[in-house]
Amino acid sequence: MGVNTQEHPVYLDYQATTPTDPRVVEAMLPYFTQKFGNPHSRNHAYGWEAEEAVEEARKQVADIINANPKEIIFTSGATESNNLALKGVGAFYKNKRNHIITVVTEHKCVLDTCRHMEQDGFEVTYLGVQQNGLIDLEELKAAMTDNTLLVSVMGVNNEIGVIQPLKEIGALCRANKTFFHTDCAQAVGKIELDVEEMNIDLMSISGHKIYGPMGIGALYVRRRPRVRIIAQINGGGQERGMRSGTLAPALCVGLGVACEIAKKEMATENERLHKLQMHMWNRFQNELDEVYLNGDLEQRVCTNLNVSFAFVEGEGLMMGIKDLAVSSGSACTSASLEPSYVLRALGVEEELAHTSLRLGIGRFSTQEEIDYATDRIIKEVKRLREMSPLYEMAQQGIDIKSIQWAEH
Amino acid sequence: MSYSDKVVDHYENPRNVGSMDNEAGEIGTGLVGAPACGDVMRLQIKVGADGIIEDAKFKTFGCGSAIASSSLVTEWVKGKTLDEASNIKNTDIAEELALPPVKIHCSVLAEDAIKAAIEDYKAKHKD
Repeated sequence: MGVNTQEHPVYLDYQATTPTDPRVVEAMLPYFTQKFGNPHSRNHAYGWEAEEAVEEARKQVADIINANPKEIIFTSGATESNNLALKGVGAFYKNKRNHIITVVTEHKCVLDTCRHMEQDGFEVTYLGVQQNGLIDLEELKAAMTDNTLLVSVMGVNNEIGVIQPLKEIGALCRANKTFFHTDCAQAVGKIELDVEEMNIDLMSISGHKIYGPMGIGALYVRRRPRVRIIAQINGGGQERGMRSGTLAPALCVGLGVACEIAKKEMATENERLHKLQMHMWNRFQNELDEVYLNGDLEQRVCTNLNVSFAFVEGEGLMMGIKDLAVSSGSACTSASLEPSYVLRALGVEEELAHTSLRLGIGRFSTQEEIDYATDRIIKEVKRLREMSPLYEMAQQGIDIKSIQWAEH
Repeated sequence: MSYSDKVVDHYENPRNVGSMDNEAGEIGTGLVGAPACGDVMRLQIKVGADGIIEDAKFKTFGCGSAIASSSLVTEWVKGKTLDEASNIKNTDIAEELALPPVKIHCSVLAEDAIKAAIEDYKAKHKD
C-alpha cells in the first residue's frame, strides 16, 4: 500500500470486516451473469450448474471444520446463524429442557437472542469471564444441570481476540447430554476447528470475516447424534427444511472459496501475522509506559491486539490517527457513554476501558503498514499524554483513584 | 464522526497547554469531569492585581471535542475579569465549535471548569 491518508487509511479493523479476496471475487463472478440459474430449478442445465456450484461450496465449508456437507446450512450471516441455532434448538426441545448457558462477552446477537428467549420462558445463565477473558470451566460445569439444553460459547471474541477452550467445553456438554453451539465468526480460518474432536453440535460461520462476501454465512448442524432445529424462516423448504429461501449461488461460491483458501493458507499466514502482532505489541511495551493488553496474550488469535493506553482517551486518540482505520473500546460517541461491555466483563476499570484501541490485522497487512501504524500511535499517545492532566498526576505520584471525581 | 474545522484546529494546535503552580496565590485551578466517564479537564487561570485574568492553561483527558472546548476557553478567559469569565456559557462554546448534540457535554464541562477555577481563586482570597 502506498500513501496513507484520511481518505485511504491503513486498514486495521479486520475484526469488523475483511476485504473480499480477489480470488474469491473471481470465482463468484460467473454466477451473476452466465451461470445465473436458480439452484433449486430441477428441470434444466442452468439450475443444475448452479446447484453443482452450491454443493461444491457446501463441501468446502464443511471441510474447514471437519464436517459432512449435509451438515452445512447456508444463511445470510453469523447473526442469522446464531439466531437459528439458539431459537431453533430452543423451539424443538423446550418441553424437555429449557436452560441455556452463555457468556457475558458473547456478541450482541447471541446475548440479545438469549434475552428474547428469556421472555419466552427459557432460563439463561450468563457466565462471567476471568481477567484474561476466558471462561472458567469449573464455573461452567457447576452451572450445568439436567435441565441444561444448550451451551453457547464463542470460539474467538470479536473485541479482544481470545480463544475459548472449545474442546474442553465440548467434552463437558457431551457428558451432560447438552448441545454445544459456538459462534465461530471470528474463529474460522484463524484457529483449527474440528467439530468431531471438539464435540461441537452447532457452529455459526460468517463470510465477510474470512475474506468472503458480506451477506452469507452458514450454520453447522450435527447429524450424528442428530440435532433438531425448528426453522425460523418458512417457505420452500430449502436447506433441508431448516432455512427457506432461494440460495445465492455467487455468495455460496464466495464463502466456499474463502474457506478453501483460509484452510490452505492458515498455517503460513498465522506465522506471518503472529510476527506482525508481536512486533507491534513489543514496540508499544518498549516505547511507552502504562500500556495494557486486554485479554490473554497466549490464548489469542494472531489478528488482534486490544490495548489500553492509560491516560489517553480512545476517541481522542482515534482523532489523531485518522490515517489509521481502527476501533475503540471507548463508546464515547454512543449516547450511553458506556465503555465496552466486553472490557468491563474482564474487570478492566472504566477509566482504562476508555483508553483502549482494537487493532486488527489480516491477510493484506504488511510490515510497512504495521511499522507506520505503530509509529503513528506511539507519537500520538505521547502527544496526548503531554496534554493529559491524569498523566501528569500519575507522573507526580498522585493516585487518581484518591480524588473525589464528580461523575457526570 | 466528523468534526468541525475549528475542533480539528484546536485539537491539532491546542492553545495554552500546560500547568501553573497550584499553590500560588494568583492561580485558580478547576478540575472537572471524571476518568470513568472519559473526560477530565483541568483549567488554570492566573489573575492579576487588577482582577483581570492574565493567563490560562489547560490539560484535558478526553475526546477531540473536549480538548477543543478547553483549548478555546483558555483563549476566551484571557483579558476578562472574573465576572466576565464566569458569564461564558456552554452554548457559546458549543456554537463556536459547532459541536454536535452528542458532544454538548464537552462544552458544559468547559463552562464548569471556568467556574471551578474562579471559585478556587476566590477561595484563596476570601479575606
